[in-house]
Amino acid sequence: MPGKLKAKIVAGRHLPVMDRASDLTDAFVEVKFGNTTYKTDVYPKSLNPQWNSEWFKFEVDDEDLQDEPLQITVLDHDTYSANDAIGKVYIDIDPLLCSEAATVISGWLPIYDTIHGIRGEINVLVKVDLFNDLNRFRQSSCGVKFFCTTSIPRCYRAIMVHGFVEELVVNEDPEYQWIDRIRTPRASNEARQRLIFLMSGELQRKIGLKVLEMGGNAVVGYLQCFDLEGESGLVVRAIGTACTLEKISTLPSTATHQSNSSPSKDMKEPVFGEEVPGIPLSSGPPTPLRAQTFSSFSPSKSYSRQSSSSDTELSLTPKTGMGSGGSAGKEAGPLKALLRQQTQSALEQREYPFFTLTSFPSGFLLHVGGVVSARSVKLLDRIHNPDEPETRDAWWEEIRQEIKSHAKALGCHAVVGYSESTSICEEVCILSASGTAAILSSRFMQDGPLDTEHRLSRQPLVFSTGSERVEGDMGSSASLGFEEVVPPGCGFCHIPYDELNIPFPAQLTYCYSCRRSKVPDVLFTTIDLPADANITGKGCLIQARLCRTKKKAQGEGNATAISNLLPFLEYELHTQLMNKLKLRGMNALFGLRIQISVGETMLLGLASATGVYLTALPGPGGIQIAGKTPSDITYEQHISNMQKKINDTIAKNKDLYEINPPEVVEEIIGSPIPEPRQRSRLFRSQSESSDEVSELDLSHGKKDAFVLEIDDTDAVEDIHALLTDSPTPQGFYSCNTEIMPGIQNWTSAIQMFTSVRVFRLNNANLTNQGLNKIFSDLCENLLKSLYFKLRSMVPCCLCHLNFTVAIPEDELIQVAVTAVAMSFDKEQILENGKQSGEKTLTKAITENDEQLQFNLELNPESSHANPLSSPKGLSEVGSHPSARAPSVDYSSFADRCSSWIEQLRLKAHTIRRGSVKTTSSMEKASPLPEGRSRSLRSNRSYSGTSVAVVKMTPLSFIPGAKIIKYLGIINMFFIRETTSLREEGGVSGFLHSFIAEVFAMVRAHVAALGGNAVVSYSMKECVFMENPNKNQAQCLINVSGDAVIFVRESELEAASVQPQSTTHTSNGGEGT
Amino acid sequence: MSVELDVFVGNTTIMDKEVYQLWLNGYTVNDAVKVRIEGGVMEECEASADVLLSDTMDQYRTFQMCERLLHHPAKLANQLLFQIPPDRQAMLIERYYAFDDLFVREVLGKKLSKGTKKDLDDVSAKTGVSLKSCRRQFDNFKRVFKVVEELKGPLVENIRQHFLLPDQLARDYAAIVFFANNRFETGKKKLLYLTFQDFAFCAGQLINHWTLGAVDSMMEDMDVDLDKEFLQDLKDLKILITDKDLLDQHKSLVCTALRGKTSVFNEMEANFKNLSRGLVNIAAKLINAKDVRDFFIDLVEKFIEPCRSDKWTSIDMNLFLTHYTNSAHILDTFKHHAVWTRYMGVIKSCILRMYHD
Repeated sequence: MPGKLKAKIVAGRHLPVMDRASDLTDAFVEVKFGNTTYKTDVYPKSLNPQWNSEWFKFEVDDEDLQDEPLQITVLDHDTYSANDAIGKVYIDIDPLLCSEAATVISGWLPIYDTIHGIRGEINVLVKVDLFNDLNRFRQSSCGVKFFCTTSIPRCYRAIMVHGFVEELVVNEDPEYQWIDRIRTPRASNEARQRLIFLMSGELQRKIGLKVLEMGGNAVVGYLQCFDLEGESGLVVRAIGTACTLEKISTLPSTATHQSNSSPSKDMKEPVFGEEVPGIPLSSGPPTPLRAQTFSSFSPSKSYSRQSSSSDTELSLTPKTGMGSGGSAGKEAGPLKALLRQQTQSALEQREYPFFTLTSFPSGFLLHVGGVVSARSVKLLDRIHNPDEPETRDAWWEEIRQEIKSHAKALGCHAVVGYSESTSICEEVCILSASGTAAILSSRFMQDGPLDTEHRLSRQPLVFSTGSERVEGDMGSSASLGFEEVVPPGCGFCHIPYDELNIPFPAQLTYCYSCRRSKVPDVLFTTIDLPADANITGKGCLIQARLCRTKKKAQGEGNATAISNLLPFLEYELHTQLMNKLKLRGMNALFGLRIQISVGETMLLGLASATGVYLTALPGPGGIQIAGKTPSDITYEQHISNMQKKINDTIAKNKDLYEINPPEVVEEIIGSPIPEPRQRSRLFRSQSESSDEVSELDLSHGKKDAFVLEIDDTDAVEDIHALLTDSPTPQGFYSCNTEIMPGIQNWTSAIQMFTSVRVFRLNNANLTNQGLNKIFSDLCENLLKSLYFKLRSMVPCCLCHLNFTVAIPEDELIQVAVTAVAMSFDKEQILENGKQSGEKTLTKAITENDEQLQFNLELNPESSHANPLSSPKGLSEVGSHPSARAPSVDYSSFADRCSSWIEQLRLKAHTIRRGSVKTTSSMEKASPLPEGRSRSLRSNRSYSGTSVAVVKMTPLSFIPGAKIIKYLGIINMFFIRETTSLREEGGVSGFLHSFIAEVFAMVRAHVAALGGNAVVSYSMKECVFMENPNKNQAQCLINVSGDAVIFVRESELEAASVQPQSTTHTSNGGEGT
Repeated sequence: MSVELDVFVGNTTIMDKEVYQLWLNGYTVNDAVKVRIEGGVMEECEASADVLLSDTMDQYRTFQMCERLLHHPAKLANQLLFQIPPDRQAMLIERYYAFDDLFVREVLGKKLSKGTKKDLDDVSAKTGVSLKSCRRQFDNFKRVFKVVEELKGPLVENIRQHFLLPDQLARDYAAIVFFANNRFETGKKKLLYLTFQDFAFCAGQLINHWTLGAVDSMMEDMDVDLDKEFLQDLKDLKILITDKDLLDQHKSLVCTALRGKTSVFNEMEANFKNLSRGLVNIAAKLINAKDVRDFFIDLVEKFIEPCRSDKWTSIDMNLFLTHYTNSAHILDTFKHHAVWTRYMGVIKSCILRMYHD
């Protein structure tokens, strides 16, 4: 009996009138968990009942606690007929099962009915007493933390990243059971909601078990999806990344220990290089987990030392070796495999070396190969035995294997930014998976020493660069850690595969940043831009949109037809992306997400990504248009006109996104291989059919200029489509990654929103081009509408623009967008813009102030101890990495017990700040608090309301604020149905209120957990069906996110000024 | 080919003040879009008419969903459906309860009944205020009326608390409720020159001095009704005109005081008895509900019009009323000083306010 769940029903308010005669309601409440039900007394004749019930207690297994939701039903008592249900509240108990998350659920929660929507609110109190269960064979996984966030959560540090976890559970869909014919829509909807709640609970528990098996304690980047397969069933599946996380502690007892291992988010290699040797002896790991950690670090370290002398040799071997290797197949050539034997990492022994994370602790991501994706088309069959979801498992297995082999072909041992999705139409299902092939540092993984060696093999190329930079800027040789293998600004761009055996056509050049390694001409990835990447100018959202008609077909034939179409679709999407990227003068895509949606008569493809100009990569060539039949003059005229237009657009875009690559640097460093200057006028060397065009003045002309041949109407259309993408209005930026590359100075004004559009194609006989145009316009217009709506926030950036497309019916196209608009301070952009024109090397540092602060930390004795006259103990204080609390970890700072040390640290802090200000990077960082405090004030004035403000954002952070606690995952599923569509304002009115209701319920549950924000929020499913003739509509929405408590940074700063009086808990209080 | 569904929902509900006003004014979506286009918002933001239409539709929907809450403004603050910053909430409420002076002038003093509501299309045609807007304003009046009708305590304060209205607006509503409750006649041709603010001022005077609440704010009856006892006592003032001596005495006192101070002295002297009779008769009759309704018309007919035809200035009026009031206290046989003061104080300020073109 390992758990006792307690619930108390306090009161209700704003209840609907259930008795027309009296205009009042006689309400009572049923509280149900598992098979136990309790009832409150009837509170007669009131719309605001005060039940004040006793504590209802449920004694249950923790397994059930994880699976089941607490179900609260509010009913209207009726003496003569059956009691009428007013609505229900499902409460996910999971956040209460983890000691580090919420402790109580208390607050007003909306009472929800699937037919009527929100009908009043109920105030409840829920607690859980959990007893320790030491049973090794337990089925529960209480205590494993789940995060939707696809990076290491802000107040945790990653001790170990274990890897991929996945699970799926299947069931029959209640909507398709025979009983559905005789039960009411309400009963059917509720059965479905409840089932999905149960299934996702079970799924989470099972994943948790896997994590425990792996020795982890958390799942990061948890992505749960539903496949509504109709007749054949309901699949709930989830993937995530198992990690061992440690909360950046605020307890004094762990302070010393913590100071050794440095807070997570800017854990930098050099620290380890410097400090690891002494630590395990001096402080002693308090938990077995820690011991594990250190043991995993130390061997790799010692190895790196031994092998450092032979670095050069090692690095050369692959190149020469591969030269004779000739062609390597998809599965990597034999020679390559041979080499890999030496460099086999723990990753490759793993079943799937996949990571759902999209951003990483710095130093984790070493090299990025490119996007890998796999799709397969399946015919759905009925799931016969829900306990054996083998077919679905096998399907995904296939796809994952494919991804794995693709990654191998790119010379990578891991896939990051990994995600899976499906699109279902009738009995056909497209399974898709994609990610970014990459090479990771072993530092966060259990691995053998060989892996380190492998990495070192590339080290010499960049090793000196890294050290040069650090030395040059900091004058500290102490920072020369052996783990520092890649320069942070460009290292990830360096190709992981072998240059003589490129798995795909690419032009390699030496890195424009360090000039030592090869880089590709363009880079596509599914991850976020690494925080320390060097970029030029700003980024922007780039979308490729495609629509292809398909014949109606059944079964096998249909699946084959779709399979045949898919490669073309993908190819065209890729071409479109590439063209648009070049048109914007950029050379890399981040956050690439390709969605393919299948309908009965068409396929939709939507690729979204954020384009940037990576300083390390060569500038993109222009786009050239070539006519195939240059017979008459008008035609040539036409072509040259178009060419001019394109060139103008590129020039305009370069201006708009402030892309002015630092050519000066190139000159200084000098390139080892003759590299065409960007301005030089070169005739294209592509032979095909373009000789005529060479006479054109190609200001963007370059050896590798991209050629578009106009040989048919298709191409003309393509070019038109290319040019019709309207630029974002003044003051707006947009991206689909976490943050906009090139903008840092966010204010605290954020606005999360969801927008949905459904477009009806009345004309069934549309050409592909016609469809393309419609689809493209639909997306463009949607974006335009968003800009207009949010015009009051200018200057602002739409971040994490997440488009989902669907074909809900034959002639309908549905596009849903969830994103957040964030304001930023204008003055700062100008400054950034100015900076971007500066030298690359300077920029590398200014772009990343975390890095800078860290570097300053590296030689604390020399820079900080001296000004302070106290001779003893000071150096000790200074050498505490945790003493640089201002930027990293206030709470631990404030909680330190001995106050005199506290003050010394404070002094150290101020001095450090002073010294920081002398460097250029702080121009950017220092004005931040002002902007924040300003917006804080405006925020405070809101606090008078009785309803707590809950912020929502799809990002993992809140600008100007620090997340101090994660309260647990929010994963909610709602169904709404109406039989009076017209009365509710038509489809738009219906969906509008439903989405508003979903937001309201998310906010209320977060507030009840004690939180004041949801981060990493996403709407994963929005299935809308209508039948206007019957005046009916139904919609299913699934949302998820992490409930958190955040504190404004300005408040924290205020708090850290008086260290003695402020404690961590008081911070928490302010936050709520 | 058409956009079948188009929604935008923000975590913080986005509301455009301009569109809100158009909605309140009863514009259809298409008309509102036209107005917005003319307003130049398109050039400002590089938007197209489609974008504007979509935005307007969205906002209209939001307002419609909010309207239910606006009927009970206190709910707006603790509802969960829309996250609206408090300053926005205040704006929404204030504008929702704002009304057109032209419109309110038409229904002021009328019974807030279904019958009146049916006639709103005439009112709309007459005032140029759209029917939708008329209905909203009318319903607002009715709603406020219904809520405060039953409440104890000061009228203005009740309105302010229940409807979260700013002070001035709460006072205006108090006037409207007060007029509707006492059914003051305001629509007669002779009263048409008076604005709503004139009446609102008078209502304020009446509420503050003539109701039960004026004497004891916590009395169980409220500000909405006139103090019956006071009205009863007013009958005693009749002595000022029925007693010939008293009337003469009163006249001579006023004349003595005013001689040489006013250019309309002769007219005043000639008209004194008529004017005095007019004012005292109004007082004496106020005990009848019917005559209460005619209070303003009586004031105009019996006092303001005669004075106006004699070309009194406001200063003359002020002088006269001051001395007329004060002189009564010197009359040795006149005993009802308290009632007289309470009566004349209000009459004087009302007349002064109403004495204009």
